Amino acid sequence: MAENQTEYYKIERAQEWRAEIRKNIKVKDRTEMIRVKMLEQDPLIRNKNGLEVNLGLTEELAVTEAQRCIDCPDPTCITGCPVNIYIPKFIKKIEIRDFLGAAQVLKETNSLPAVCGRVCPQEKQCENSCFYTIKLNKPPVAIGFLERFAADYERNSGKINIPETAQKNNIKVAGIGSGPASLAWATDMARMGYDVTVFEALHEIGGVLKYGIPEFRLPNSIVDIEINNLKKMGVKFVTNFVVGKTASLDDLREQGFQAFFVASGAGLPRFMDIPGENSINIFSSNEYLTRINLMGAAKDDYDTPVPFGKNVAVIGGGNTAMDSVRTAKRLGAERAMIVYRRTRNEMPARVEEVEHAIEEQIEFMNLNNPVSYIADQKGRVTKMVLQKMVLGEPDSSGRRSPVPLEGSEYEVDVDIVVVAVGVSPNPLIPASVKGLETTKWGTIKVNEQFQSSIEDIFAGGDIVRGGATVILAMGDGRKAAENMDIYIKTTLKHKSND
Amino acid sequence: MNTIIDKQYFSEKVVKLTILAPDIAKNRKPGNFVIIKIGEKGERIPLTIAGADIEKGSVDLVVQIVGVSSHKLSALNIGDAVTDIVGPLGQATHIEKVGTILAAGGGVGAAPLLPIIEAFKKAGNKVITVLAARNKDLIILEDEVRKHSDEVIIMTDDGSYGTKGLVTAGMEEVIQREKIDLSVVIGPAIMMKYAAMTTKKYNINTIASLNTIMVDGTGMCGACRITVDGKTKFVCIDGPEFDAHKVDFDEMLLRLSAYKDMEAKAYEKHISCKTQS
Ligand SMILES: Cc1cc2nc3c(=O)[nH]c(=O)nc-3n(C[C@H](O)[C@H](O)[C@H](O)COP(=O)(O)OP(=O)(O)OC[C@H]3O[C@@H](n4cnc5c(N)ncnc54)[C@H](O)[C@@H]3O)c2cc1C
Ligand SMILES: Cc1cc2nc3c(=O)[nH]c(=O)nc-3n(C[C@H](O)[C@H](O)[C@H](O)COP(=O)(O)OP(=O)(O)OC[C@H]3O[C@@H](n4cnc5c(N)ncnc54)[C@H](O)[C@@H]3O)c2cc1C
Ligand code: SF4
Ligand code: SF4
Ligand code: FES
Repeated sequence: MAENQTEYYKIERAQEWRAEIRKNIKVKDRTEMIRVKMLEQDPLIRNKNGLEVNLGLTEELAVTEAQRCIDCPDPTCITGCPVNIYIPKFIKKIEIRDFLGAAQVLKETNSLPAVCGRVCPQEKQCENSCFYTIKLNKPPVAIGFLERFAADYERNSGKINIPETAQKNNIKVAGIGSGPASLAWATDMARMGYDVTVFEALHEIGGVLKYGIPEFRLPNSIVDIEINNLKKMGVKFVTNFVVGKTASLDDLREQGFQAFFVASGAGLPRFMDIPGENSINIFSSNEYLTRINLMGAAKDDYDTPVPFGKNVAVIGGGNTAMDSVRTAKRLGAERAMIVYRRTRNEMPARVEEVEHAIEEQIEFMNLNNPVSYIADQKGRVTKMVLQKMVLGEPDSSGRRSPVPLEGSEYEVDVDIVVVAVGVSPNPLIPASVKGLETTKWGTIKVNEQFQSSIEDIFAGGDIVRGGATVILAMGDGRKAAENMDIYIKTTLKHKSND
Repeated sequence: MNTIIDKQYFSEKVVKLTILAPDIAKNRKPGNFVIIKIGEKGERIPLTIAGADIEKGSVDLVVQIVGVSSHKLSALNIGDAVTDIVGPLGQATHIEKVGTILAAGGGVGAAPLLPIIEAFKKAGNKVITVLAARNKDLIILEDEVRKHSDEVIIMTDDGSYGTKGLVTAGMEEVIQREKIDLSVVIGPAIMMKYAAMTTKKYNINTIASLNTIMVDGTGMCGACRITVDGKTKFVCIDGPEFDAHKVDFDEMLLRLSAYKDMEAKAYEKHISCKTQS
């Protein structure tokens, strides 16, 4: 952590109000308190409706949980958060019931706290670095739950705080894609007074937050409120606009855009290239979730169709797989199965989602891998052929890789299969911009300033990282904004000196 | 935005719409398509850009009414707006001077074919076009096609216009008669399958423009995937045009029927609601 940042934390921590509440309860008593439980819908009710699973904390629960945080002199939790939210400060604001103040602290570094509180893999990030986890071997402070609480409180209070914007400088900048990377970038650019336009290929703003992550985990209305705030800050959104197709970057340069932030995501679904995979009713998770989340296919009065299966198999172990399988269950599947080639311990999904899935009667077929699919005469999938796997020796990355067990193939009846084995970077922008350097994986190459090989093009989020997380994408957006500002100011200075 | 400025019926089931979309008009190339959506709850459907006018900032779409979405679109009138239109999508046709082109358009396939023959003709090729349909009413854009072709052969299944017979008969007649350097076939999947089999016999390079089911049209979902030369391709970003001799048309035909039953029900419901109100 930067020197001056540590200094800042020290000064802040020494403030009277913080010192005061530290005294209220003894550290030992704080550490003996038990971590709160999130209020949740009953598993067997929620797996039949589309409503949010987690109901949030009450004010009392939030304050109690906030008391567990001992306001460490060296708050390791902050280093675990990719955008370095000032965690103890916002938590202590909750402890003194200044909930709006807590939200304010969150917004200093994170423009979408209501989203991150819900979808961050906290167990790998902030909570994994909490004093409780690393030193006490106890459940960490529920940073994610508290973040969600403060953000929701602010939203429901009707006193949502729109960040102040600097005086308009009339310099046009464009974001490409409207996922979390771009939203975070746009917030910071608008704050600095830029004239910000975000172009989106789809008819809706929000990227994966809208078309991927389902309502039961992240209601669209929450994302919409954040987008509306950006609109209030003057950010312009243009939907149905595929940069590289509807207009080229050169066209946009001609229209006066001075710099670009490419955040076009990792949109391209991977398939396994096994026999029968193009049978009817075998979907990529993107297609399945897009039909349902973006196009409303499961609702009667929407035109886009989607089949409702009895036996649904989802291939994969990430968040996308969990979202797909739990969606299938909600659409009435009798068997909703996860087929994953490693064990539960290796699953990349958020731990909470795996736990929720188990409670919702999702079947887990670990150490299994599909090798082919069988279809009927009409081309519809009827069976998947699975092969059993065992975990072999650890590979170079230290992960034990799955090894197929020869001769172990067996068939399982299915009528829908959702393939959720990962995504590749969307090739549209790299293909349409000459001279833009990419890696061998197709991601855009950037330097530490998130600047690409072309100086007015910055990039971040999944198009740079491959499939990553919401908060990493947002962190990239913020850093790109900071550096874009420097870039624009220096080039403008050069121009005026010429 | 997206206002319909002209509408013309070619037949009871085929309508041409001219829609304001200046960016798309300016950047479209032969072979490109758009995705449109009607209403908040509508679905996204792909349609080829049959023509464009950069000055007016408009694109032409020729739509065959087959189900709910094409019906909703055809029901819009001049002055109405299309809720969403995005494009131009897909790879443009690779246009070059090759010699003699044999173009074949089945039914509404004449519309996507038009900008392609226009471009090939401009590039200095000789263009012979076979237009085929079930009957006279379904032969569309004949005059426009004639403008950009050296010769036009009309085929109808029932003989109500031109020569009686299938598109392949018309193609074969030309192939017997002169050397063809490239064939372009666009129409229903089944027509493209047989047209491709015909040119294959004579080893004529052939491209087909595929009309698979799509959702986003930007490579994000894989709904449009097909097998070409044993490999999975996405029609919306790798296509829509492919080497017709390498396309697995049987798989494509099956995949096209994925929602047949649901669509038929939805269409019935849609039409009965319309007639009641
Ligand atoms: C189902 C699912 C569940 C997930 N769950 C979690 C989770 O629980 N926690 C977590 O942290 N992460 C999760 N992720 C990952 C996370 O959503 C992504 O890492 C994150 O959204 C990446 O953000 P982004 O801004 O880079 O791109 P995206 O959110 O992918 O947005 C990119 C946008 O750019 C648009 N676009 C692409 N090309 C163009 C173009 N040429 N012109 C204009 N627009 C264009 C796309 O249409 C899209 O809207 C999940 C992902 C999925 C798919
Ligand atoms: C790249 C591309 C370009 C296209 N260009 C045109 C065009 O210029 N003009 C035009 O009229 N159509 C075109 N199509 C086809 C058009 O998209 C479909 O006809 C349309 O989606 C049907 O929607 P619907 O709701 O009206 O009918 P649906 O309810 O979806 O379908 C009704 C019936 O039509 C069949 N059907 C559905 N989709 C297709 C399809 N893609 N091809 C053949 N049969 C289908 C169904 O099996 C069903 O029996 C194109 C498709 C693609 C992929
Ligand atoms: S943004 Fe994510 S990682 Fe950072 S504190 Fe919040 S939940 Fe933790
Ligand atoms: S490490 Fe844990 S206990 Fe310490 S300040 Fe952070 S959240 Fe509080
Ligand atoms: S239509 Fe979605 S990938 Fe082609």
